Amino acid sequence: MSENLIRIKDLRVSYKTDFETVRAVNGISFDLNKGEVIGLVGETGAGKTTTALSIMRLLPFRTGRIDSGSIEFKGIDMLKVPDSEMRKSYRGEKIGMIFQDPMTALNPVIPVGDQIAEAITHHNKEKLNKAQVESRVEAMLELVGIPAFRKADYPHQFSGGMKQRVVIAIALACEPDLLIADEPTTALDVTIQAQVLAMITELRKKLGMSMILITHDLGIVAQVCDKVAVMYAGELVEQGTLEDIFTGDKHHPYTIGLFGSIPKLNEETDRLETIDGMMPDPTCLPEGCKFSPRCKHCMEICKQSPPVEFIDGKHRIACHLYAAHESN
Amino acid sequence: MALSNTNAPILEVRNLKKYFKVKKGMLHAVDDINFTIARGKTLGIVGESGCGKSTLGRTILRLTEPTSGEILFEGKDISKYGKSQMRRMREDMQIIFQDPYASINPRMSVSQIIREPMLVTHKFPDTAQREEKIDHLMETVGLAPRLFNAYPHELDGGRRQRIGIARALALDPKFIVCDEPVSALDVSIQAQILNLLMDLQDSMGLTYLFITHDLSVVKHISDEIAVLYLGRCVEKAPSRELFANPLHPYTKALLSAIPIPDIRAYNKSMEIIHGEVPSPVNPPAGCRFAGRCPHCKDGCIGKDPEFRSVGNGHFVACPYAEALA
Repeated sequence: MSENLIRIKDLRVSYKTDFETVRAVNGISFDLNKGEVIGLVGETGAGKTTTALSIMRLLPFRTGRIDSGSIEFKGIDMLKVPDSEMRKSYRGEKIGMIFQDPMTALNPVIPVGDQIAEAITHHNKEKLNKAQVESRVEAMLELVGIPAFRKADYPHQFSGGMKQRVVIAIALACEPDLLIADEPTTALDVTIQAQVLAMITELRKKLGMSMILITHDLGIVAQVCDKVAVMYAGELVEQGTLEDIFTGDKHHPYTIGLFGSIPKLNEETDRLETIDGMMPDPTCLPEGCKFSPRCKHCMEICKQSPPVEFIDGKHRIACHLYAAHESN
Repeated sequence: MALSNTNAPILEVRNLKKYFKVKKGMLHAVDDINFTIARGKTLGIVGESGCGKSTLGRTILRLTEPTSGEILFEGKDISKYGKSQMRRMREDMQIIFQDPYASINPRMSVSQIIREPMLVTHKFPDTAQREEKIDHLMETVGLAPRLFNAYPHELDGGRRQRIGIARALALDPKFIVCDEPVSALDVSIQAQILNLLMDLQDSMGLTYLFITHDLSVVKHISDEIAVLYLGRCVEKAPSRELFANPLHPYTKALLSAIPIPDIRAYNKSMEIIHGEVPSPVNPPAGCRFAGRCPHCKDGCIGKDPEFRSVGNGHFVACPYAEALA
């Protein structure tokens, strides 16, 4: 059996302001083993980024709060790790993160080489001296396909794709065990996206990292991930292996809607299957199943009680439709 | 279908150029583009950022002035029209903008936004008729009547884009430039808007110039597709033909770079093109794609490739296209 790396159990996160409480993540659970890639899929506001920020303990101070649940990383309860320890030996060292927008993730007034060096010297468990750090920076740049002599350049001298490569170099500088990639290619053009995805996959295999890939693009998931978790309104409505989600015969109605909404390149379709309506307001979520107001198969029970998970091996679907079939 | 293609094009663009003067020289945003769109059809314009697709859309509506070339709308060259003439033309030619957050005035209510074009053009002088028209438009694009006096900040992206569409339809145009109308939206909302645009085309006989970077969207909505690269059109073909038989190396690279939501494609070897789009400022003569093209030959540099027909309404700007296929 492969070794478990991170285990999230019944995680609940909310953002509180004076006026309202936004329930962003409502009880999600998933596991990730060493070397695996899980894709977190969902639309804007589904809680994907909040989940990532919770793992990194980077939720906005004062407003964002983890209400309950646990995050276990290599057997250690991450929610009990003190802040200083978190900064020193987890963030950036054991867990790396690639942010969505490379334009804002880098400091515009510091040369990119220094920004990579910052990550290395801050942790520096190998006690590298200055020259060694420099050569490490150069190696990192070469690794992500940027010539080493450009380390003295500033972010504005790079294109979007190159900046994202620099961000990746920073995330990988300390060879983390887990890489969280939050929409790493959304801001990039398709040909550049293909380059960056191929590079991430290659480096991940080379360094033996696990990855949580956050995306809204099911095409990317099909290419990169081993496992998939579909999020809707802060809940995991369906999760399973890549095969379960893409070829399995049972699916959550939201997953079906999500697939139907994408125009197919390899098929002819006249009209897209849409999901009517829109995401519920996270300040006042519906009772019962959160998807019920938009669901074609909505039953009376869906409006009253939250669905029980239907479990088939690794494939889990949170929908009354299948739970009902089960009991019949 | 072949007949309607040659018959009465609603829009014809000939040798259209738009250069911007910048510090380092001339930026060739749109460089010698030619196409026609038949009435009631959709021409998709695809390309990556910086290829000039938005500039093309704006230049056709004269929102930016063309450097040279002709824009024939229903047979009349509008590129030389004066301001007031152009204003009248725009009743027939509208645009839906990319960003539903930036393209509508936050201080106007939904009904005011939709009413404004009618007031500006005095097209519906009768108040009762005008108000009825607004109600009708809101219903057409799927905005609930209760939103009549709502302000944009109360609405989400999908609904805002519907306002943009209603505003574009307010003057009963014949032709609409859709400049990435769905790229700021989530997939499920994107599908709703695409379906709406297609329904409107069927019921009102609209003609679209549909600009996007998303190949699967463009395939879904277009009858014909033009692929742009650095201000030049590298390939143009009927939608089905382009996807079944892409000829230009750039089109092939673009197609193979799209991640397909199908696990049979898992770990397939992608044809990745290296490098990035070069600067559009003072580009050298020759094929614009030569620097990134895996099949680049000596003849590609120094001389502009001819944009030639290969049959079936398929045009390509690469002399070696068939040999590479």
